[in-house]
Amino acid sequence: MTINPDLQGRSYPAAEVYDVGREKIREFARAVKATHPAHFDVEAARSLGHADLVAPPTFAIIVAQRADAQLIADPASGIDFSRVVHADQRFVHHRPITAGDRLVAELHVDGVRAMGGGAMITTRAEIFAVTGGDAEADAGQRVPVATTTSSILVRGEGQ
Amino acid sequence: MSPTFTELTVGQDLGSRTMEVTRTDLVKYAGASGDFNPIHWNEAFATGVGLPGVIAHGMFTMGAAVQLVTDWAGDPAAVVDFQTRFSKPVPVADTTGTPDAGAVIEVGAVIGALDADAGTARVDLTVVSGGQKVLMKAQAVVKVA
Repeated sequence: MTINPDLQGRSYPAAEVYDVGREKIREFARAVKATHPAHFDVEAARSLGHADLVAPPTFAIIVAQRADAQLIADPASGIDFSRVVHADQRFVHHRPITAGDRLVAELHVDGVRAMGGGAMITTRAEIFAVTGGDAEADAGQRVPVATTTSSILVRGEGQ
Repeated sequence: MSPTFTELTVGQDLGSRTMEVTRTDLVKYAGASGDFNPIHWNEAFATGVGLPGVIAHGMFTMGAAVQLVTDWAGDPAAVVDFQTRFSKPVPVADTTGTPDAGAVIEVGAVIGALDADAGTARVDLTVVSGGQKVLMKAQAVVKVA
């Protein structure tokens, strides 16, 4: 199966809301071997001026990869998930992610490039905080939180 | 203790850290992140798609490597930009039931650049496993008071 070159420029609008919970921040922090108290102890986070527990710098990958899943699951994309290798990743934080945030992600396919028998696909997730529970209704009052950029290499046969 | 901008110099060594990784760590990361790609936990599946064996999530390595920076910065939210390229996979041997590590990742950090106008320091990370650089251009931009 080949990658559809028409994917470039495609966007997937913000779908479901991701609720950032304290226990998820703690679980993710432990999983990346983080020990900073601001991930675990609300008082420690507040003493640094944060509203609640602070997420580790790569926490936004949870939201970004959920957005990516829309592309990978899209039958029109031609992407075989078992042949996907992560090539590069970037996080730009516009403001910290803290427990209690309600996040949505808008996915943009910025690049599709043939590589041997496979392809390199670059996606960008624009992550926003919303105040209510509905991603569409809140579109006018959402706050930019992070921009994540990711390139995946879909290996062709024999790669 | 948070760093002070005027006390920083380009090339300054911020220390190093050695991390032991096991298959259990990968299962924990899969659960925490929601990335259940079987190449990170199933040997037969991983070799079946042409990999040397089960490999760590690139995002596990990236996320674990930045802890050195977070601890140095004093506030995790000071890391305003963090990027890397995944240059080599990190194979993690199955050492279940033994006290041995399945892989060892060594992380070193130096200050790569300073931006006085923005009040930021770029921290360059060297991340090595099995004698190979597994991350390239691993750079964290940190807001410094």
